[in-house]
Amino acid sequence: MFRYYLDLGLRSLTHNKVLTMLMVLAIAVGIGASMTTLTVLHVLSGDPLPGRSGSLYYPQIDPRDPTGTLSGKEPPTQVTLIDGLNLLRAKRANRQALMRGGAVAVMPSSTGLDPFIVEARYTTADFFPMFDTPFLFGGGWNSVDDEAKARVVVIARKLNDRLFAGANSVGRVLRIGKKDFRIVGVLNDWSPNPHFYDLNTGDYNYAEQAFVPLLTAFDSGFSIDGSNDCWGNGTGGVGTTLPSETCVWLQFWIELDSPQKVADYRNFLVNYSEQQRALGRFERAPNVRLRNVMQWLDYNQVVPDDVRLQTGLAFGFLMVCLVNTVGLLLAKFLRRAGELSVRRALGASRRTVFMQLIVEAGLVGLLGGLLGLGLALFGLWLVRHRPSSYAALAHLDVSMLATTLALAVGASVIAGLLPAWRACQVAPALQLKSQ
Amino acid sequence: MEIRPILSTLRRHKITAWLLIMQIALTCAIVCNAIFLIGLRLHHMHMQSGVAEHEVLQVQVADVANTDNRYVRAAEDLAILRQIPGVQAVGQTNQVPFAGSSSNVNIRLDANQHEPTLRAGSYFGDNITQALGSRLVEGRDFTASEYIDADTAIKALSSGDTRSLPAIAIITRPLADRLWPGQDPLGKTIYLTQSFGARVIGVVQGLARANPYKDETAQYSMVLPLHMGVGKDQSYVIRTHPQQRAEVLKAAVAALKRADPERVVIRQRTLDDIRRDFFQDDIAMAGILVSVCVALLVVNALGIIGLVSFWVAQRRRSIGVRRALGATRAHILHYFQTENFLLATMGIGLGMMLAYGINIYLMLHYELPRLPTMYLPVGAALLWLISQASVLWPALRAADVPPIVATRSA
Repeated sequence: MFRYYLDLGLRSLTHNKVLTMLMVLAIAVGIGASMTTLTVLHVLSGDPLPGRSGSLYYPQIDPRDPTGTLSGKEPPTQVTLIDGLNLLRAKRANRQALMRGGAVAVMPSSTGLDPFIVEARYTTADFFPMFDTPFLFGGGWNSVDDEAKARVVVIARKLNDRLFAGANSVGRVLRIGKKDFRIVGVLNDWSPNPHFYDLNTGDYNYAEQAFVPLLTAFDSGFSIDGSNDCWGNGTGGVGTTLPSETCVWLQFWIELDSPQKVADYRNFLVNYSEQQRALGRFERAPNVRLRNVMQWLDYNQVVPDDVRLQTGLAFGFLMVCLVNTVGLLLAKFLRRAGELSVRRALGASRRTVFMQLIVEAGLVGLLGGLLGLGLALFGLWLVRHRPSSYAALAHLDVSMLATTLALAVGASVIAGLLPAWRACQVAPALQLKSQ
Repeated sequence: MEIRPILSTLRRHKITAWLLIMQIALTCAIVCNAIFLIGLRLHHMHMQSGVAEHEVLQVQVADVANTDNRYVRAAEDLAILRQIPGVQAVGQTNQVPFAGSSSNVNIRLDANQHEPTLRAGSYFGDNITQALGSRLVEGRDFTASEYIDADTAIKALSSGDTRSLPAIAIITRPLADRLWPGQDPLGKTIYLTQSFGARVIGVVQGLARANPYKDETAQYSMVLPLHMGVGKDQSYVIRTHPQQRAEVLKAAVAALKRADPERVVIRQRTLDDIRRDFFQDDIAMAGILVSVCVALLVVNALGIIGLVSFWVAQRRRSIGVRRALGATRAHILHYFQTENFLLATMGIGLGMMLAYGINIYLMLHYELPRLPTMYLPVGAALLWLISQASVLWPALRAADVPPIVATRSA
């Protein structure tokens, strides 16, 4: 029966080409616009580390003095160096890493090549196992290297390709800022989006190319990137001078594998705050937060407002296109009152006529969806050629492709419900008589 | 034209009429808000920088490793840059208007004030106002002897012993007006920490922050007389004649590279480039909004043409009867035009309420201002125009229906 309806539908679509084209076009444009924006939103609000993000937490404590800052009651979004090292060395979580972004000058070993600057991350040993970074060669360093300020480095594949033409460079020497570092590992392509572990250096499409132990980096006078928030007499530091003790400027991440451990860690943070207060370092009542990755991204409102606004706009546009389609379908179906009443008089039930019209509406949706898919691909191509940091990420994946077609067919079937119902109300005899 | 017969006809086509009204209402609501948003973006994009925008160049270089004499090196670099033909002024700064990465300080009017009054952009470096071409309107600029090295200042600040610091600042006119409305800012003190207050010695017309997201606070900036020394985050700024920018920029980079061939040039660009980069998302967003508005109006027009054509086809007989009874072609044309005008008006009325609803939602979620009432008549006029234009073709076809149709069946 379905095939018969399909055949009827196709035939009727070719009957009134202009009207059909208008409907298909309206749906296509609406679907194209909303899928383009929805894909961008989907990519940007995705989970940067699927499967792991639920057990990664970002502890926040409040070391500020009582003279308020404009930011209100939330504790700062970073930690001081003292607190960071204290929490790191306390080892109360399964894993923990203290970090900061920066940039280093890399000197190519072959002469004649200019030195160049790459983005770097100064971090501690657990960074690699905690974030499950994929290694192409070698591995990370250990906590002994951290405390010994060892001159070791992990580089990204991109840098390895540039300097060593992709060969296994583990054990070789990399000259960073006129000092020699031993390469211990090469990371395979890895750039979590959003760049959740440090939102100060760039939200999207940001990938460090060199990873150096935190204390080694400070010891070597490497420059730091990101934000410093200071209070009291604190200053952000200049050149090789690090930010002062009354500045928060480092990110601290931990891994906790059970709800019990999360509760325990929260208590630990409260106790730590009280202990520091007793020592006279903290002046405020304990004010702690412990958010996991997705909660952290949500709290920081990482997805740009413009992207949300565009999505809303596109769906408003789709609504108008659908209302338009409802009107046009109504016109199309009612115009066929004569033909439908003949079918009814020949014994077709209301239900079968209704089904036939719905199949026809779905067919319009399918055509509109396919055309809309093309428009969405074009739209995403346009987005990718925009200069925004997230632009390059805008690609349609299989799930979004399926969503596009489902949305188009679903929307047009819904749009077809009312016109089909109205068309079914045609009384068979009456129409025949007037013929 | 009598509207009662039109209304009674419409009552028999309730669903179609409502669909048309809904479509116009939704369009009206979206277009009003979109035009408003476009206006906001355009206004934002034309934000004043307060500096000589077409004359300024930025060069950012980084040493491969840290030098011990950062301040000497910076002074040497500035001297080298000053030698380049066509250069009018050179300076060094920790930030450049619209460059993104920003330095800000909390400002208090009283050292013991609990909450800071506001957060202002803080410019540190050499000869900033001159090099950026920020016009001094009151007081004076810093003298060479008033500058001190950043390291000395940081040490003094963290020790709390700030007696040796040059406690003077230059602020912008908008910041002065915000802090002391209607008063002379010269000689007044702003507190940056509890132990450090800076006396205002000069006021510049304007100097936008590096990261001015909000139009109202974009010009809240201040300058302190600090030598910053060479460093990855510091920029040299050069002011030159607009026509000479390209060659001066090239010469400046070459001269700096010659002084130390191992150093890396991170950035070299004009302030025009910087502005374009900073507002690129706004330009893109305005473009998207314009295209959505155009697409909406086109979809509307096509919908109206489709529906009215259907009505005309459906009513051919009654149109023929009316023509046979003496209605002129103009009567028929006006009938459809009036009918459409009534529908559009209902749609627009509904759309305006919806427009306010959407605006309230945007105000709550995106901190947008209230939709000014002037956007409503603009949106309404646009929709009336579009709907009248689209009804014309099917209405003309209706007017073409000959009276003879009345005698035919269906």
